[in-house]
Amino acid sequence: MSTGAAIEVDELVTHYGSRRILDRVDLRVESGEIMVIMGGSGSGKSTLLRHLLGLQRPTSGSIRLLGMDITESSAAELQALRRNMGVSFQGGALLSSMTVAENVMLPLREHTALDEQTMQIIARMKLEVVNLGGFGELKPAQLSGGMIKRAALARAIVMDPKLLFFDEPSAGLDPVVAADLDELIIKLRDTMQMTIVVVTHELDSAFKIADRITVLDHGRILLTGSVEEVRSSSIQRVQDLLNRRPREEEIDPDDYLRRLTGG
Amino acid sequence: MAYQVKTQDGYDIVLLTGDVDLSCSPDARKAILASLEQGHHTLVDLSGVTYIDSSGVASLVEGFQTAKKGGLRFGLIGVSEAALSVLELARLDKVFPIHADLAARLEADG
Repeated sequence: MSTGAAIEVDELVTHYGSRRILDRVDLRVESGEIMVIMGGSGSGKSTLLRHLLGLQRPTSGSIRLLGMDITESSAAELQALRRNMGVSFQGGALLSSMTVAENVMLPLREHTALDEQTMQIIARMKLEVVNLGGFGELKPAQLSGGMIKRAALARAIVMDPKLLFFDEPSAGLDPVVAADLDELIIKLRDTMQMTIVVVTHELDSAFKIADRITVLDHGRILLTGSVEEVRSSSIQRVQDLLNRRPREEEIDPDDYLRRLTGG
Repeated sequence: MAYQVKTQDGYDIVLLTGDVDLSCSPDARKAILASLEQGHHTLVDLSGVTYIDSSGVASLVEGFQTAKKGGLRFGLIGVSEAALSVLELARLDKVFPIHADLAARLEADG
């Protein structure tokens, strides 16, 4: 294994019931790289993210994060690794009973024994980084959609993680707020040398922030390459995704009939 | 991380070296606050710092705030490019008095 990879996924296969969701997925993310995982609904991108976070065990294959194979690691090893991982979930996943600052501070309380004053300063600094300075005492319900995403990002980076995972940063945001978040993602990589994985179906955002893009479709990787390589790909399905053309499904009459009749 | 404290030209100079991260920033914090609690003007020399994380920066912030409350002078010297970019992320480069070295600080003090 090269020392340059922060994430290495080999031959990852996973099922929900008998349905194969990811099919021999290979992915390598270099240290300090912004990798965007793109794909339509049902492509498997969210499932891939959950595997990268160690939230699900695959049917087969391996996932190495910072050199550790998380498919074989113990709960304690995974917990230690999570100190180096930050996650910003699509809906924010903030606890509604706590203030924004308390939400941001949660990982510090869980993983460190820092002085209370130090933790409060770190949380406020992170809120400043995401342009939410002074909003720490509000409850999540008092924030707009864009502010919730930024608060979730503040919590994701509060431990200065080596790996940052970001699920749909731009979804549901107005274009200006979305562009602000894109700039912030790039700045975090440049300043903190974070390795960042962004799952999105927003093309503008993907093309702006990505060093490389991997395109998933029906659980398979169609292509991993630079923005230019993806734009100029001759793969029809990639072009369909870029041009928002609906998929023309080929119908197997026997299979279709079986699905309808349950036979 | 290692640290040394020396006294020169009316300042306690806390020299931090190596990586200032979660594992050792509490020691840096104690050293900085100890100088201030003794009523000494304090500079933190970051010239030997290879990496500083948010807990390290938070210690600097707390030091600055303590100095202000006590009417003491405080500042950073020898800030490396890596440390400066971390400070810039939270716009703290606009908050801390930052000078190249002790001589530059003394000149600014007038």
